[in-house]
Amino acid sequence: MKAMETFVAPTPARINYLNATYGLKSWLLTRDHKRIALLYLGSISFFFFIGGLYAMFIRLELLTPQGDLLQSTTYNKVFTQHGIIMVFFFLIPSIPATLGNFLVPMMIGAKDLAFPRINLLSWYIYILGGIVTIYALLAGGIDTGWTFYTPFSTTFSNSYVVAAGLGIFINGFSSILTGLNFIVTIHTMRAPGMTWFRMPLFIWAHYATSLVMILGTPVIAITILLLAFERLAHIGIFDPAAGGDPVLFQHLFWFYSHPAVYIMVLPGMGVISELIANFSRKNIFGYSFVAFSSLAIAVFGFLVWGHHLFVASQSVYAGMIFSFLSFAVAIPSAIKVFNWTATLYKASISYDTPMLYALGFIGLFTIGGMTGLFLAALAVDVHLSDTYFIVAHFHYIMVGGTLLAYLGGLHYWWPKITGRMYPEGWGRFSALVIFVGFNLTFLPQFVLGYMGMPRRYHVYPAEFQVLHVLSSAGASILGIGLLIPLFYLIWSMRYGKIAAANPWNLPGLEWQTASPPPTENFELTPIVTWEAYEFAPAEETEIVGKFHGEKVGQA
Amino acid sequence: MQTSWIPFVPPSASTLSGKVDALYFYLSGVTVFFTLLISGVLIFFVIKYRRRSPYEIPRPVAGSHKLETIWSVIPFLISMSMFAWGAQLYFQQSRPPKNAVEIYVVGKQWMWKIQHTTGQREINELHVPVGRRIKLIMTTEDVIHDFFIPAFRIKADVVPGRYTTQWFEATKPGKYHLFCAEYCGMNHSGMIGSVVVMEPTEFDNWLSGNTNQQSPAVAGQQLYQTLGCVSCHGASGEGGRGPALAGVFGREVFLTNGQTVKADEAYIRESVVNPQAKLVNGFGPIMPTFQGQISEEQLVQILAFIKSLQGPAQTAAPAAYTPSPTGSAASAAASAASPQAGSR
Repeated sequence: MKAMETFVAPTPARINYLNATYGLKSWLLTRDHKRIALLYLGSISFFFFIGGLYAMFIRLELLTPQGDLLQSTTYNKVFTQHGIIMVFFFLIPSIPATLGNFLVPMMIGAKDLAFPRINLLSWYIYILGGIVTIYALLAGGIDTGWTFYTPFSTTFSNSYVVAAGLGIFINGFSSILTGLNFIVTIHTMRAPGMTWFRMPLFIWAHYATSLVMILGTPVIAITILLLAFERLAHIGIFDPAAGGDPVLFQHLFWFYSHPAVYIMVLPGMGVISELIANFSRKNIFGYSFVAFSSLAIAVFGFLVWGHHLFVASQSVYAGMIFSFLSFAVAIPSAIKVFNWTATLYKASISYDTPMLYALGFIGLFTIGGMTGLFLAALAVDVHLSDTYFIVAHFHYIMVGGTLLAYLGGLHYWWPKITGRMYPEGWGRFSALVIFVGFNLTFLPQFVLGYMGMPRRYHVYPAEFQVLHVLSSAGASILGIGLLIPLFYLIWSMRYGKIAAANPWNLPGLEWQTASPPPTENFELTPIVTWEAYEFAPAEETEIVGKFHGEKVGQA
Repeated sequence: MQTSWIPFVPPSASTLSGKVDALYFYLSGVTVFFTLLISGVLIFFVIKYRRRSPYEIPRPVAGSHKLETIWSVIPFLISMSMFAWGAQLYFQQSRPPKNAVEIYVVGKQWMWKIQHTTGQREINELHVPVGRRIKLIMTTEDVIHDFFIPAFRIKADVVPGRYTTQWFEATKPGKYHLFCAEYCGMNHSGMIGSVVVMEPTEFDNWLSGNTNQQSPAVAGQQLYQTLGCVSCHGASGEGGRGPALAGVFGREVFLTNGQTVKADEAYIRESVVNPQAKLVNGFGPIMPTFQGQISEEQLVQILAFIKSLQGPAQTAAPAAYTPSPTGSAASAAASAASPQAGSR
C-alpha cells in the first residue's frame, strides 16, 4: 500500500491547519480552503437545523386531517420556507462547499483552490444571502412555495417575496464562484502524474457539478430579477393582462431548478463512488463510464426542464420530447448504480459507518430514480404531478440520495478534517435509524400520491390520515437519527480517538498527508504514479464479461 | 366518497383511468423488480465478500464493455417502452373528442365555478352523466389553479389569460374528489369539491331541476347588447364596422399582417381583451379593449354566444345537452352532438 510507504508520523506539537493560527480573525479572514470548508460546514448545519424544524411542524400538522396546529397561512409559510432553506441554503452548497472545498485540492495534490480569496468571498456571499433570507423569514415570511409560481408570487402574495428572492439571488453568486474555482483548479492544479483518468470520481462529479453551477445559476438570477421587477414595477412579463405569460416563469424557473437537482445529487454520487471503492478496496468497475455518466447527466440535465410542465398547458409535442429526454437522462444514473454494484463483486467489504451510508444510498437512490420514471411517463405524470408522489420522489433523491451521501462522506473524511475518529458504534446505529426513519417517512407518501393526495394541503380528506400518521412517525425517527450524529460528531472533536494520517489504509492523495493536514496540505508536492483506487498492482487484474477477442484496458 | 376495491389505488371511474392504472402497474412492476434485483445483489455481495481480515486486498477487476453495453441498452429499451406507452396515452388524454359536451370552469381563489351550456351553475360541484364525453373549458380569474379529479386520473392547470381543456367520460356513478392541485394561496387546501357522476336519466332530472337559469349563450347575448358589441358586429353577428362573428368560430381568419389564425377560444378571448393584437384583414384598429371591464365568466358567456352564431345552416350550440341556444332546459336526449361542435 502506498499509504504505508509515504506516511510520516506526526510529532506531538505538529502544526496543522486548525492550530496554525488562532483567533476569530484568523478564521474570518482565512484563505485556507479547509478552514473555509469548516465555515461552510457550520453555516449549512445551522440552515439544515432550521429547515428541519420547519419539517417537524409540517409533519406535526399533518398528523390530523384538520388544520389544528397551524393556521393555513402559517402552514403555507412553513412548507415554503422549509423548501427554500433546504434547497438553496443546505442541499445546493452541502457537499460541494464543505467536502468539495476541503477535498478537491487535496485529492488532486494541490495546495489550495485556484482562487483562495474568491473562495472566501463565496462564503461571505452565502452568509449575506442567508442573512437577507432570514430577514425575510423574520419580517413576516414568504408563502409562495419554493417554486415562486407567477402570478401568485408577483401579484397575489402578501408576503416577503422580493426579500426572499434577493437572498436566493445573492446566494447564487456563491455557487457560481465555487463552481468557477473548482473548474480552474481541476484544470490547472493537478499534481504531477494526476492525469484526468487518474482523478478520483469525486473530482469528476465535482467537475460536472461545477459546469452546471456556472451555466445554470445565472438563469435563476435572471428569473428572480424578472420576478422582482414584475412584483415591484409591474413590467408585465408574466402578467397576461399586460401581454405577458405566467407559464414563461415556469420555463425559466425549471431551466435552472431541474439542473439544480443535479447540482445536489452529482456530488453525492461522487462521494458514493469514493465510499464504494475505498470500503471494498476495489477499483471502481467501469471507471470511465462512471466518470462520463456524470458529464452526460450534467449536459442532458439542461434539456429536461419541460417535464415539470406536463400539465401546465404545454404543447402535447413538447411534452413528448421532454418525456423522451427525461427517460434518456435516467440511463447514466442507471449505469452508475450498476457499476457501483459490480464493484462489490469479489471485493473486501467493510461495514464501517460510511459504507453503511453508501449502501443505503444505492438502495434509496434506486427507488428515487425508478419513481422518476413514473413522472417521465406522460400519462401517469398527469395523475401524479402535484401530489405526494412527487414529494416522496424528490425526497428520495434529495434526502435518500444527497443527505445520505453527505453524511457518509462526512464520517469518511471526519478523521482527516478533525484529526479525531467518530464513535463507530454510534455511527452505525444512527445510520440504521436514519435509513429506517427515512423509509417510513417517505414510502407512505408514494402511496398517498397515487391515491390522489395533493401536495401543499394543510387540511385533507380523512381517508388519507393513516398514511400521514405513518409518515409523521417515520419523520420523528428520522429526526432523532439525524440528531445523534450532531451530538457525537461535536463530542468527537474534543474527545474522539486521535486519528492516524491514514486510518482506513487507502491510496487516495488526501490520505497521504497528516490528519488534520498542514495548511499547505502536503509537505512536498506529491507525484502520482498510480491509478485511482489502485489497491493492488494492475498486473493482478481479473477480467470478467469480456467481448470475444476484446482488448482489455482500464475501462 | 367512492373507494376502490384495489388497496392504495383510487376509484377508477373514467374510460381512461383503467388505462393509466395499467401503465402504473407496469411501472410499479419494473420498479419493484429492479429494486429487488439491485438490493438483492448488493446484499448478497456485501455478505459474501465481507472483509475477513484487516489486511486482505482483493484482486482488481477490469471493466467490461460487454456488461456496460448490456446494462445501458436493456434499461434504455425498457424506458422506451414506458415512453411510448405513456406518450400514446397522453395523446388520448390531451385530445378531446369532437363530439364532447362542453362545460365551462372558472377557478378563483378559492372556489370552482362551473357552468353547463344549458345554464346550470355549480360551485365546487360538478354533476355529469355516465357514458357521455365531457370537455372542460377552463380558465381562472386570478392565479394558476389545477382541476384534478383523481378518480378519472386527469388533471390540468387552469392558467390566467388562457383556456385550457381536458376531457373525460365517466363510467361509474358515484361521488368523487375534486381537488385544486396547483398551490394557489391561503386557502388552497379548501379549494376542493366533488364530482357527482349520475345515470343519464337521473342526470336529466337534475338538469331540468334548475330551469330558471340562463344558458351562457343567452347571458352572452345580453352582454353583447349591454357592452355595445352589437353596434359594430351587428345584432346577430352579421358584421358592420367590425368583422362578422356569425360562423366564425373554428374557422381560419385572415389578418391584416397577412397571416391567418384559427378563431378558437383563445383567439376570441384575446380579441375581446386585446383587440389590436390580431386584427382581421380589412378592419381598422377601432375596437376598445375590454380588459378589466369583463370578468372571465362573462368572457366565457360571450364566447358561448359567438359559438352559438354558427349561421343559419348550423344553429346548434356546440354539443350542448340541448340543441337550442335559448337555454330552456329540454330533454338532454337531444344532445346528439353536431359534427363540427367543439372543434379545436
